[in-house]
Amino acid sequence: MPIDPSVVDRVARLARLELSDEERQRFARQLGSILEYCATLNELGDDVAGTPLPRDAVLAAAPDHEDGFFKVPPIIETE
Amino acid sequence: MHVDREGALRAAREWDARYAGGGALPPLAGLPVAVKDIICTAGMPTTCGSRILAGWVPPYDATVVSRLKDAGAVIVGKTNLDEFAMGSSTENSGFGPTRNPWDPERVPGGSSGGSAAAVAAGMIPLALGTDTGGSIRQPAGFTSIVGMKPTYGRVSRYGLVAFASSLDQVGPMARTVADAALLLHVIAGRDPKDSTSVDIPVDDYPGTLPRGARGLRIGIAREAFGQGLQGDVGEAVQAAAAHLGGLGAVLTEVSLPSIPYALPTYYLLATSEASANLARYDGVQYGLRVPTDDLFTMYTRTRRQGFGSEVKRRIMLGTYALSAGYYEGFFLKAQRVRTLIRREFLQALDAVDLVLMPVSPTVPFRLGEKVDDPLQMYLADIYTIPVNLAGLPGISVPCGFSNGLPIGLQLIGKPFDEATVLRAAYAYEQDTDWHTRRPPVVGQTHSQAVAEVHKRDRATPRPAPKRGAQTRRRSSRKSKKARTRK
Repeated sequence: MPIDPSVVDRVARLARLELSDEERQRFARQLGSILEYCATLNELGDDVAGTPLPRDAVLAAAPDHEDGFFKVPPIIETE
Repeated sequence: MHVDREGALRAAREWDARYAGGGALPPLAGLPVAVKDIICTAGMPTTCGSRILAGWVPPYDATVVSRLKDAGAVIVGKTNLDEFAMGSSTENSGFGPTRNPWDPERVPGGSSGGSAAAVAAGMIPLALGTDTGGSIRQPAGFTSIVGMKPTYGRVSRYGLVAFASSLDQVGPMARTVADAALLLHVIAGRDPKDSTSVDIPVDDYPGTLPRGARGLRIGIAREAFGQGLQGDVGEAVQAAAAHLGGLGAVLTEVSLPSIPYALPTYYLLATSEASANLARYDGVQYGLRVPTDDLFTMYTRTRRQGFGSEVKRRIMLGTYALSAGYYEGFFLKAQRVRTLIRREFLQALDAVDLVLMPVSPTVPFRLGEKVDDPLQMYLADIYTIPVNLAGLPGISVPCGFSNGLPIGLQLIGKPFDEATVLRAAYAYEQDTDWHTRRPPVVGQTHSQAVAEVHKRDRATPRPAPKRGAQTRRRSSRKSKKARTRK
């Protein structure tokens, strides 16, 4: 499916390209079919996060913690 | 694209004199080498096959070129390519196409088609190509020569005009594996001027060639022998695998299930990088400027006039894939799939030393056959592109003919293990005679070859060419004439 000519114009402007009317139409058609082909990547699906470790169990192993964070000595000097 | 007659003769005379004087000579002393015209050569025009850079003379040598000179090579000139290395047929050159020495009606492959044709036709023994998605291996396979893409980071990219910086790599093209090994050995190694070049010792490629294929574990990539592969191409590659088995290699099958996703991944990533890399051609620092009253129009009009169709199409695609609203769905997604593909290859290479597959799904196609259908043209690189995405070394070695047209065998190795790739390729080459065959143009004078093309043109009835096609053919003759000055 061709992409919208207004999108072609916006992309051409971003790319600093002046297009002829013929190129505008041709690119709308060709980019449409190339992008359609590229959309096959979506068959692979996204990574899905699994169940994380319970926060308390992780913090229990740390030498020091406060309010749900690991706690360390100051690293930025205060004047 | 350019022949440095005076410079080459001068350098050759110097090496002759050093030879006559006796004493040690560097490895490429006096050997003529041609350089793809996207690699900077000080004092010699570098066009990238683009009108936008016509006449530009770089003020410096690429690291690979200075290494060649230090090794004694005589740089004879610059070879044709698809504009900015974007193409699979060398038809996208802004200066006219290159033809295949095995059949002048057909393409030599691309984008390093000029280097491939020059080596295959016997014009020079050695050439440099560059490979972003198959641009060394595919034309090598299409012209029955040897071409190798080294591991990403093995060879310096300093002075290689950037197309897709995370994929581009310079490599050797030659008539034999031994010649390719010699050339690679000269150009490989860390370069402080390229932060992506890696400080891993360079193996003695020529020295390790004779070790044979015995005991090497070779995995035949199952997914590369399916739909879209020309029957006799697949048979020739399978026969080559069996031949390696006969030489003592242990054959197994490996699975790379994400290979079908490599092509869309590549066309999103390579074009995205290209859209940024080619932003520099705007009429300010070098090359063409179309004068106008305001700066913005100077940029857009210069680029309109200077770039060819394929380059514009890829800049558009890359700009789109990187633009707000599409970045996550296209660019980022493609980056993730790239990781997946690399992981699959590395996993396969845990169990085997080499992965084997065809170089291209078909034999060389006819000029004009695919120019109007970008997706069909992209499919010519379906087996070479995954190797760039994974950053691995790959070689193309002649492994047969179909009706007189060359077929290439591809061997892919572990990162920085070029030595094993070359060694297996050498064992196969030395036990077959494909590499000894020469295209019909060899032995003809240039004018005989041109006359033959014209005779064929008259003899073959063809549909009336479209206007665009006619312009292309005319400019090709012009560029041929320019080459005869050699």
